[in-house]
Order: sequence, then structure tokens, then C-alpha cells
Amino acid sequence: MTLLAVENISRSFGSHTALHNISFNVEQGDSFGIIGRSGAGKSTLLRCLNGLEKPDSGRILFCGEDLAALPEKRLVPLRRKIGVVFQHFNLLSSRTAAANVALPLEIAGIAKAQRQKRVNELLDLVGLADHGHKYPAFLSGGQKQRIGIARALAANPVLLLCDEATSALDPETTDSVLALLSDINRKLRLTLLFITHEMDVVHKLGHHVLVLKDGHIAARGTPAEILQNSENSTMPLPDNLSTDAQNGSQAIVRLTLDLKEHPLTPFLIKLEQNTISATILRAQPHQNIEQPAMDVLLHLPAPTEENLSLLNSLARSVEVTGYVTPDL
Amino acid sequence: MSRLIFNLLLQATWQTLEMVLISGFLAVAGGLPLGILLVLTGPSGLSPMPWLARPLGLLTDAVRAVPFIILLVLLIPLTRFIVGTSLGTTAAIVPLAVAAIPYFARIAEVSLREVDPGLVDAVRAMGGTRWMVIRYVLLPESLPGMISGLTVTLVTLVGASAMAGTIGAGGLGDLAIRYGYQRFNTTIMSGVVAVLIVLVTGLQAIGNLLSRKARHDAAGH
Ligand SMILES: Nc1ncnc2c1ncn2[C@@H]1O[C@H](COP(=O)(O)OP(=O)(O)OP(=O)(O)O)[C@@H](O)[C@H]1O
Ligand SMILES: [Mg+2]
Repeated sequence: MTLLAVENISRSFGSHTALHNISFNVEQGDSFGIIGRSGAGKSTLLRCLNGLEKPDSGRILFCGEDLAALPEKRLVPLRRKIGVVFQHFNLLSSRTAAANVALPLEIAGIAKAQRQKRVNELLDLVGLADHGHKYPAFLSGGQKQRIGIARALAANPVLLLCDEATSALDPETTDSVLALLSDINRKLRLTLLFITHEMDVVHKLGHHVLVLKDGHIAARGTPAEILQNSENSTMPLPDNLSTDAQNGSQAIVRLTLDLKEHPLTPFLIKLEQNTISATILRAQPHQNIEQPAMDVLLHLPAPTEENLSLLNSLARSVEVTGYVTPDL
Repeated sequence: MSRLIFNLLLQATWQTLEMVLISGFLAVAGGLPLGILLVLTGPSGLSPMPWLARPLGLLTDAVRAVPFIILLVLLIPLTRFIVGTSLGTTAAIVPLAVAAIPYFARIAEVSLREVDPGLVDAVRAMGGTRWMVIRYVLLPESLPGMISGLTVTLVTLVGASAMAGTIGAGGLGDLAIRYGYQRFNTTIMSGVVAVLIVLVTGLQAIGNLLSRKARHDAAGH
């Protein structure tokens, strides 16, 4: 069943076209990713989906209504069915974590006793049962985002929108937040629509992906399909790449994968099983080679002997291209 | 210091406090709604209404442009109409409030504009109405700034109330003029200055404390 149908929406700011003729459907229960570089129009698209931004033309069908055409007054009740998770959490600093989670319920006019029960459930769900009394200033980034997720879920939405939910978090926290979102999608059967600029997030979370480029749809498909199409590589080489390894620096590794022996997805699973955290920056199929192979550019936070030798055992060739220092 | 001087000082301090606190209260009662209105109807506000925002802004600044000493005289008819007389402590509250309302409105406006627009987005995305955005986001999130702003307003009112003393409002300014200036009584003069210093630093300390308490971050605990 289609939950959300976007039909030919366009949006311009002055002479700049931020979105051009975007159409896609999100099915009930799907985990739908939109990936694109900075300025591609991702946030603008997401804001159209809950009516915070009006497209110049096109339709957005949700719950039998066209969000692009509704006046503000009639958008208000529909927004209560759509949860939003923000990149910078957007928690109210004047309220405790629990009161932040309770806010959508207060807005929906739910009685205090019921509110409290639901808040406790949600704090449990995101693993922060003991942190409800704290103000946001006293929570870590990962904890803030968990509260943000609990808040987005509070009013039992039918759709969860995530705008770069993990890009303000460090790699480990990112993984745990992605796992939580994936859990919510599978166990609560909640439809997820997320935007990101990281291929890795799409890979870990998405069932379907849309690649957005300068306001146009550049490609769509499953994460594996997108990943194997070099045209769609969205991550350039980091510009702070250096050739010498400094204390605590992380490696950028180029490796050639034999796709017959190690297709990409199983390769990533293998990395995960060995608890090697790595981010794929680019994946490009080899040309002029008889055996199907793929050039993969990896960001390896821990370039230890052990990790490199494991990569060596999986790939046809491994080469450390350079080092980057973590920008924290 | 003689008992007489002490009593004079005590009574004048009390009158000054009365003028400052009542006109401060009126400044918030009138200035806060005005500040909210300026933000909401402004170009990037929740309901942009240039036809309302512009005249309101102009009126606000027009009142602020008039020096207080002139405002005191200009408002004598209005004061007579409201209070029945243009002399005394109660009468001084009218011009003080008229001056303080636009002053605090602009200060409130700045605090409200400093609220992270992401928070407004968050509450709108939850299905919050405009009123809910004001109640759940704008007011509580700007509270620390508002308290600091109110402190500044009250301190300014202390000075202005002394000026109102020149037209017979009573209070510390009046005392300083009548005894300190016209009769060269240096004891009273220095007494008034000392009380004013204590009053202003006290107000500032209380304001700082409350503002910090309202912040709910590491500095507030
Ligand atoms: N309110 C606005 N006024 C003018 N231009 C805007 C506005 N909002 C977005 N834009 C422009 O539209 C384009 C798309 O912006 P958008 O924020 O949707 O990009 P994005 O893909 O989310 O980027 P990022 O990854 O940096 O968040 C950008 O060129 C941006 O400058
Ligand atoms: Mg964005």
C-alpha cells in the first residue's frame, strides 16, 4: 500500500531551482532513503513532505489529502501523524528530556496520566529510562538524538521523517542510532523516510534509495544497485587527505574487490562481523577487466595491522591512499 | 546621620521602589505582547504582516526617540487624565511606563528573535499551532534573555524615576534635588547616591541569578 505519493513537485527560491519535477512513492513499512550532496535539495524536499514548505507545483498525497494544496489550518492535524527527527536534535532547552518527549502529546491534548505512561514507554524504548529528568544540556549527542527519536514517536505517527539524523554524531553513536531507527522500522512497522549525504547510512538503513542531484532525481533503486553505479557516487575524496600517518589519524584505503568472490554486501557484512567500522566513500566498477571487480574507497577509522590484514584477505589488492585526522 | 535624614531616605527609597516596580510591571505587561507582535508580524515571523509590523515598529521607536525629560512634560495632560494629578509618585508612574513599554518591547523582541528557528520548526512539525509555538517555544526558550532584559529595564527605570523627581514625583531624585542640590546638604546627597548604588547593584545581582537559574545548563546549576 502506498503511504506517501509525491507527484511532480518543483520548488524555486528566486531564480534558483531547488527541486525539479520530483516524483516517488513510499510504501507502507518501507525504509526509504534520499541521498545527495549538500545543496541538492534534500531538506527542502523533506520540509515539503510535512507542509513546512510549499512546493510551487505538484502534489503530495498523504492520508487521502494533498499536502501541497492544504491551508495551514488543515495541515496541523496531518502533521501530528508525521514524526520528524532533526540533524541538530532541536530539543527545547527549557524542558527536561521527559517533557520534550511529552510535548507532541500535550499538543495533541492527551491527558497527563496517559502522557506520563507513554513517555516512560518511549524512554524505555530508546534506552534512556533513567535520563528523563535531565535537561538537554546535560545529555550527550547520541542521547539527545535518542530523545529526539522518542519525541518523534510519541504521538504514534504513521510516517517518520529523518533529516540527517546521524550527521552530527560520532561513528559509534551513529551506528547505535541507525540500529535504533532500523529496529523501529522493523519491529514497530513504522514507515521511515530519511535523508543523508552518506552512502553508509543508506546502506545500513535503506530498502529503497533516491539519489538527488541539483534538485533532480539522478537515480533510484535498492542501496546495492545505487552503490554499484559509479555515476552516483556522492562522496568525494576528503580534502584534508595527507600522506603521513599522524598520531590517531584514520586511513583512507583503496581496495579492489573481486565481485565473484566477495560481492559488496557480503563484504560489508564480513567487516561488521569482525567489528571493523568502515565507511564506503566510493564504489566504482572496474572497466576493461574480464572478471567483474569493483574499486572501493574506504574510510577506516582504525587502520591497525590486524584490520588491514583482514581487508587484505578479502580484497584482491589493498592500498592505503592517505590519512585524515578526525575532525572532532 | 540623624534620625530625620534616615527617615527621609527610607521614605524616598520606598517611593522610588514603588515607581520602579509598578512601571516595570507595566513595561512587561505592555512591552511583552508588543515584542511578540513585532516578531510574529515581522518579515521572517510566523505571520508576516508588513502593514502592521511597520507602523508598530515606527511608533515604538518614536516613543523611544523622545528624551525622557521631554516625555515627562509632554505627558502631563495624559497623566492628569489618568491619575487626576500630575504630581506625586503615582503620577510619575504614567510617563515611566510609557517610556518603559517600547524600551522593554525592543529588548523582548531581541530575545525572541534569538530563539533557534529549528525549535519553532520542531513544534510546527509536531502539529503545533501558532499559539503553541509562542507558549511552548518562544516564551520559555527566551526566558533567560527576558530576565536579563527586564533587569536592564529596571535599572534604567531607577535612573528615570530620579529624573521624574525634578517635576515633583517624590523618591530619591526628588530628595537629592530638594535637599542635596537646593540646600547643599551633602549628607543627604551622598546618602541618596549610596542608596542608588545599592539598589542598582542589588537589582543586577538578583537579575543575574534568576537569569542563570532559568537557563538549565551547566552554568545554572
Ligand atoms: N529559504 C530559502 N531561501 C533561498 N534559498 C533556499 C532556501 N532554502 C533552501 N534554499 C536553496 O535551495 C537549495 C537546496 O537547499 P537544501 O537545504 O534543500 O539542500 P540540502 O540538500 O538539504 O543540503 P544540506 O546537505 O547542506 O543540508 C540550496 O541551494 C539552498 O541554498
Ligand atoms: Mg539539509
